[in-house]
Amino acid sequence: MANLNINIGKLQLKNPVMTASGTFGYGTEYSDFMDISRIGGIIVKGTTLRERQGNLYPRMAETPSGMLNAVGLQNKGVDYFINHIYPNVKDIDTNIIVNVSGSTLEEYVQTAEKLNDLTNIPAIELNISCPNVKEGGMAFGTSCLSAAQVVKAVRMVYKNELIVKLSPNVTDISEIARAVEAEGADSVSLINTLLGMAINSEKRKPILSTVTGGLSGPCVKPIALRMVWQVAQSVKIPVIGLGGIMNAADAIEFMLAGATAIQIGTANFIDPTVTIKVIDGIDDYLNRHGFESVSQIIGALEV
Amino acid sequence: MKKYILDLIIKKNVRLSNQYALLILGSPDKLPEILPGQFAEVRVDGSSTTFLRRPISIHFVDYILNELWLLIQVVGDGTKRMAEMTIGETLNLIMPLGNSFSLPEDINSKILLVGGGCGVAPLLYFGSYLKNKGYECNFLLGARTKDDLLQLCEYERFGNVYTTTEDGSHGERGFVTQHSLLKGSNFDYIATCGPTPMMKAVAAYAVKTKASCEVSLENTMACGIGACLCCVTDTTEGHVCVCTEGPVFNITKLKWQI
Repeated sequence: MANLNINIGKLQLKNPVMTASGTFGYGTEYSDFMDISRIGGIIVKGTTLRERQGNLYPRMAETPSGMLNAVGLQNKGVDYFINHIYPNVKDIDTNIIVNVSGSTLEEYVQTAEKLNDLTNIPAIELNISCPNVKEGGMAFGTSCLSAAQVVKAVRMVYKNELIVKLSPNVTDISEIARAVEAEGADSVSLINTLLGMAINSEKRKPILSTVTGGLSGPCVKPIALRMVWQVAQSVKIPVIGLGGIMNAADAIEFMLAGATAIQIGTANFIDPTVTIKVIDGIDDYLNRHGFESVSQIIGALEV
Repeated sequence: MKKYILDLIIKKNVRLSNQYALLILGSPDKLPEILPGQFAEVRVDGSSTTFLRRPISIHFVDYILNELWLLIQVVGDGTKRMAEMTIGETLNLIMPLGNSFSLPEDINSKILLVGGGCGVAPLLYFGSYLKNKGYECNFLLGARTKDDLLQLCEYERFGNVYTTTEDGSHGERGFVTQHSLLKGSNFDYIATCGPTPMMKAVAAYAVKTKASCEVSLENTMACGIGACLCCVTDTTEGHVCVCTEGPVFNITKLKWQI
């Protein structure tokens, strides 16, 4: 067995496989199917300062090789997380990382500040890329200035590992990555969903209540891979790759393109045990190719 | 309840009509306990347009033969593929999912199960479950035409069966809520599954006659286990997942205008 350990800054992972926010609940939803502590990191559902009801139904549309969602950050708020969910997940033997979102800069800061005190939350993922909320979310992540401002403000109060999740709905994602790196982000994760749309032609109506939504699944993988490749060459901090990863081969492609770790999202809906299969598949790949450690394949693409 | 990912084998595929198929699935291992009203997330391979699993009601469970029945209405590519499956093929299911219908406290309760179209599916297993527990139940099943009234002889094993068709080709002509049964009797508990307008009409009847009423909702889903938050419905407690808090809801919890 190869060495699958990976470090993302100070964050130590037993393997490079994490779950993407909003696709794995709080982890416990999947514990009937497997030992979830085998996963390198579990990034829990987007959390905001106050409870949010999310968008109206319908929030999802199946598309060729993917899906659109417009959940809109439904969650019970950070205090509920701290008091009711954290006690149930804090002893899972993996990295539990909280995805943080907000409508205003102050909300990001206050949410991050509250999470800073939780011993068993080693990192937060700052979501400046949610396409499904009217205010905030992606608005912060689509300009260098606002992305830098929110990261700078959160960095002042948050002492643990700060991952910043980037939006692909920009002209040049590398610019944004450099802007957040300059303000103290410890790593970046990309890509969040691509803004898309689905129409029911018979009814002449949009399928989603919000008209547009975020596209995910294997249909976005080539774009995600290209963006990870570009960002990995533009920043010095670690890059976490995600976007349409369905199996170990996909995960390895992202690592070859420069990702230090990867996240699995939509694939969890189709095969709840996909993370475990990807971990085993990466190990198999390393053994077949004679690598002793998974770190040897990061950015190992031969161009 | 513990959830499982199971590979079940197609033992029979009965084409009930142009639009409907009955899949009878077998398992090499003993099937887990399944409650009436629960569903399975079925994986449909073989097409890029059937990317996500399909939530399908458990139609019937035969623990003696170790069989699971699914009633499939052909709506799109996924259900078309399922309806064309042949004996020996494998179907991957996550199950059992969701909550279940309630059992009335009083064993002598007057029970009515109202189904429309493919919504009749979970009521067969519920009827059998009720009969096994000593309850008596009545089925009121509606469809557009007699060809869409499915499996009537199966329902007759577990209770009295009343039918309506929109064209009058079987039972009384009209909608289920127009059936004469509803004029003469009062029920203590009504469960319903089918098109939303039908369920709303049944719920309105239940409110008027002071019957307890549960409805089984069918929202589009991705995960089926409460992780993605796509299938929500609006309730007195806010947006909740139909896959975990439902699919069965007491109408007092829903924000329906009835």
